[in-house]
Amino acid sequence: MRYAMAVDTKKCVGCSDCVVACQTENNVPIGYCRDWIVEVVDGTYPQLELELRSERCNHCDNAPCVRCCPTGASHILEGGFVMVTPEKCIGCGACITSCPYDARYPHPDGYVDKCTFCMHRVKKGQLPACVATCPTKCMYFGDLDDPASDVSLVLKTRKHKTLIPEAGTKPQLYFLI
Amino acid sequence: MASRRQFLKTTALGLGGLTIGFSAFAYITDFSGLKEATGGLKINLTRTPTYCEICFWKCAGWVYKREDGSIWKITGNDEDQHSNGRFCPRGTGGVGIYNDSDRLKTPLIRTGERGEHKFREASWEEALDLIAEKMKSIASSYGPESVALMNHGSGGKYFGDLLKAYGSTNIAAPSYAQCRGPREVAFINTFGEAIESPERTDIRDTKCLVLIGSHIGENMHNGQVQEMSDAIDKGAAIITVDPRFSVAASKSKFWLPIKPATDLALLLSWINVLTTENWIDKDYVEKNTYGYDLLKVHVSTMTPEWAYGITGIQPEIIRKTAKEMFNASPSVIIHPGRHVTWYGDDTQRLRAVAILNALLGSWGRRGGFYNPSTSVLPSYPHPPFPTPKTTWRDAFPGQFHLADESVSSKICDATIPAELRDFSFKAWLVYGTNLIMTFPDQAKTIEAIKHLDLMVAIDTMPMEITSWADVVLPECTYLERYDSIRVSPHRKPSIALRMPAFEPKDNTKSAYWMARELASRLGLIEFFPFEKLEDYLDWQLRQMGSSLEEMQKIGVKTFEREADDLYFTPGEQHEFSTPTGKIELYSTAFADEGFDPVPVYTPHPEPPSGFYRLNYGRAPMHTFSRTSNNPNLNDLMDENTLWVNPKVAKEWGLTNNQPVWLQNQDGKKSNFSIKVRVTERIRWDSVYMVHGFGHATKQLSRTYGKGISDTELITNVMTDPIMGGTGMRGNFVTFLTEKPEEALS
Amino acid sequence: MNASIDPQLTIWAWEIPLYLFLGGLAAGILFFAGLYTILGKEKEFPSAIEKTPMVVPFLLVIGLLALFADLNHKMYFWRLYTTIRLESPMSWGAWVLMVVTPVSFIWAAIHLKKSFPKWKWPYVWLDTTEAFFITHKKILAWIMVIYSLILGIYTGILFSAFNARPLWNTSILGPLFLTSGLSTGAALNIIMAKSQHERHSFSKIDLMLIGIELFLIIHIFMGFLASTQVQIDAARLFLGGPYTAPFWILVVFFGMILPGILEFLELRNYKIPVLIPALLVIAGGLLFRFIWTFAGQASRWLY
Repeated sequence: MRYAMAVDTKKCVGCSDCVVACQTENNVPIGYCRDWIVEVVDGTYPQLELELRSERCNHCDNAPCVRCCPTGASHILEGGFVMVTPEKCIGCGACITSCPYDARYPHPDGYVDKCTFCMHRVKKGQLPACVATCPTKCMYFGDLDDPASDVSLVLKTRKHKTLIPEAGTKPQLYFLI
Repeated sequence: MASRRQFLKTTALGLGGLTIGFSAFAYITDFSGLKEATGGLKINLTRTPTYCEICFWKCAGWVYKREDGSIWKITGNDEDQHSNGRFCPRGTGGVGIYNDSDRLKTPLIRTGERGEHKFREASWEEALDLIAEKMKSIASSYGPESVALMNHGSGGKYFGDLLKAYGSTNIAAPSYAQCRGPREVAFINTFGEAIESPERTDIRDTKCLVLIGSHIGENMHNGQVQEMSDAIDKGAAIITVDPRFSVAASKSKFWLPIKPATDLALLLSWINVLTTENWIDKDYVEKNTYGYDLLKVHVSTMTPEWAYGITGIQPEIIRKTAKEMFNASPSVIIHPGRHVTWYGDDTQRLRAVAILNALLGSWGRRGGFYNPSTSVLPSYPHPPFPTPKTTWRDAFPGQFHLADESVSSKICDATIPAELRDFSFKAWLVYGTNLIMTFPDQAKTIEAIKHLDLMVAIDTMPMEITSWADVVLPECTYLERYDSIRVSPHRKPSIALRMPAFEPKDNTKSAYWMARELASRLGLIEFFPFEKLEDYLDWQLRQMGSSLEEMQKIGVKTFEREADDLYFTPGEQHEFSTPTGKIELYSTAFADEGFDPVPVYTPHPEPPSGFYRLNYGRAPMHTFSRTSNNPNLNDLMDENTLWVNPKVAKEWGLTNNQPVWLQNQDGKKSNFSIKVRVTERIRWDSVYMVHGFGHATKQLSRTYGKGISDTELITNVMTDPIMGGTGMRGNFVTFLTEKPEEALS
Repeated sequence: MNASIDPQLTIWAWEIPLYLFLGGLAAGILFFAGLYTILGKEKEFPSAIEKTPMVVPFLLVIGLLALFADLNHKMYFWRLYTTIRLESPMSWGAWVLMVVTPVSFIWAAIHLKKSFPKWKWPYVWLDTTEAFFITHKKILAWIMVIYSLILGIYTGILFSAFNARPLWNTSILGPLFLTSGLSTGAALNIIMAKSQHERHSFSKIDLMLIGIELFLIIHIFMGFLASTQVQIDAARLFLGGPYTAPFWILVVFFGMILPGILEFLELRNYKIPVLIPALLVIAGGLLFRFIWTFAGQASRWLY
């Protein structure tokens, strides 16, 4: 089992619905977020390109945050979910600094928080909140080991990339381009 | 989105010893429950149906509560055709409207001058008595017709009923004359039917979608955004005409970076290409249209080469895109847009859009425009409404006959006494619309308000408009009330229920309750026979074969269409509700009224040297000026920015995030500053900002003074002679890098 | 990259650089104390062995308090000591300090009577314990030398293990921070030294350490400039970027070159108060940690 997500940059309109849906679903306090939108503009008027990406934790196979955690609060669960156990976390910030994607933030209650791929929903057979609400249906989620999963199918047929693969993190958040 | 740097700072500050201890222990207790539920949240899954009120799309969904009764989340209802189970950021962020601590909490009666926002708290009894008293005296002195209702939103219906019972039909929504009016008039006078809302565009099955300044994706009209995404998946070609590189433009096969205010020339040249190349649906045009030959002659000189000189779009691109549309026809949509009150000749521009659709045979065809179907809501018998002696139209003799709805801005005009007019409005009820930031030419709006004998604002939030009211009535949010059953045109007829998920907060009430209480004071209670709205809804639902109980469980009920007529049957000769019974390429009604029966291009003024055309638009996470204080949505975007082309920025020495003030062609300066966003996505002859920021109401603690309101800089209004729409895109601004004296901050 | 939307990071403020500076300084002091004890030069270097180490427990306690202040979830700090995570430099640091801190206390305690001749332990068993450690002083010294080197290198490795921050991600940072720590330790010994011999010995050592530091700094930037774009960008923070002036003027010139010259002149018997170059070295070392902490967090992969 290896869960992964693919975001179709050709469809994403950058509306931030994924952000607010995550905030409400996961009780993320206002002012914080587990996912966010990145806009990249390339070219000069009128020869322009625009890429919009809904970004979050990449649930890396080779996760630097898990490696640098001094207490084992950051860990990887079956299926590839990179998780934080709040009552093991001392809030030292090493994992935040170690993430090339800046996917982690210090929760006001002290521990470090991040995207969980909505594991609590996935375990119940639901999609992550961001995927379930996206009005453009630009996000695909599923098990890469299952060749019939949405994410496997779309990665098979579409050109895609990951962010900073050269950082060696083996990210599992794919962007369809 | 607040940057992380910011919130990292805030956390660093909030670390006091004991508090941490307590919150940490609280967390442990919390988390033990969490773990048992395999990482899930220990939440009582009680959900109640609603349809969203954050925008006019009215998506149906579910409100979820936590065990402690607080609001958890709002999600879409899978059965709903408006949302398909997916809410947009505003709908999802609807939780914030309930939690916003700045909400209006109790009735207010003005103590200071109008606009000063000085009020005292009052009881409902006192506030309603005062309004009823005033309305009675206005009726006896000037007639009930001198009271107008300006409204936007669900509860406006009940104030509308109240006003009709009282004797006035002057019920207007700014969504007409400040927004979609021109397109409705253009399509009514072409196809005999309006576009309505949600738009009848069959985007999901289209092969070619043409957007004229319409920024779907940034305007988060949920169903349309979803269908555009479907169309992208299916490989549809999108053609976007926009001086700005909009999100939609970035998804397009063709982006036509048109010179602003010249769209009509482009549209006419497309008509020229289609008619000269014979790239039309011949059979459809022959059977269904009126005036083809006249049209062909009319546009014969409007070649792509002619349009190139005006629009700056290369002739071969005009031909290529015309061919693209023809190849896709009839599954092609030249989108009528929504906010189309731009240059005062908007109805004519939308006529050109309608004509293009007619030539390509897309009206009534799959992938073009479908024939919507709407459930009919039975009305409980009540005495007939009195017939008013006058309406707003009497203030404008010989004008706006083709306006199919009341023109809000004309009611505003007719509130200011004029010598040649023996009739002026004396009272406004304003429901759910922030007229100060909706009507262009704020000075005129304020002058009109100053002439009123009574001004009542009904809203959930303090707004610029509530500052000007004599009495402010606080409404509970859509999450705390019943409203009328949602019936709206779609592929299948359907109904949706909104029911309260919570008791109304503070001393707030629903519009139905307020309207009924006023009716009772005005002796009009027989128009509101049901004490409780839910009883009325139950009666209606039972007439339709459902019940309140059923709808409380399912939220949305979809019915089958009575006939299989979503699209025209092939080869069918259709009867249209126009004077000729045909699609009128040549409008006989326009000819009768003395307007150009086929659209004619007239040039519009261009910005003087050192000035830039002020363009404005939407952000997907906000609805006009109504949501900028919503804590959740404010968190996603807390101010607007001024888009400036790098060339212009260089010329002025502007840098990213530099605050600037703006001054328009009439010397009007902005109240606040706005941060510059230097971006290639905007043309060098215009600037762009998202509408709805720059609030000057201090009671909006989160959004006060953030960004600039485009509306305050729109002093040049180009009125559409056909339907009275307010053209707002002929305003030019220049940058002030130093704070002007009169600026508020 | 849209700066208004893309998250920006400054999670480590003053706490971590202070902690690293104090750790480095403590490592430097303990190293020299241990080294000269092993070499049997107690007579030649009484200050470095007996006096200067008295401050180490304070340095380490303040450092640990700074680390504690950095923690956001303070009630759970004990979790550091429920596991040993070899991949995590933070865990390494916690455990190294677990060894070094008690050793530094013991070392200070057994030399307490040298500085405070009237000192008396309140309990007899404390006298016994003291006697025990005094007999095994050489073993303590060995532990101190080894662990101070680990501690000194660790202050650099804590940063260099972060692949995500290109400015930190260089293996030179371990030796560089170790050298800097030893240099600040030597500088403190210069101040504390009573005899000219001891002072001059540490001046010579410090001169050599400053030389090594400058060499490592040049190499760190050579390495960056010969590396990937992100590391070139990281180096540019110091080569024309916002950290150029503070780093090259304050840290390199006032914190290394100028004190180096002054120490050199003092060795040539010019009348220079030794306090000045020594304090400059210490201040430079502190500033160096701060600048490298902040600049490192500003350096990132761009995508």
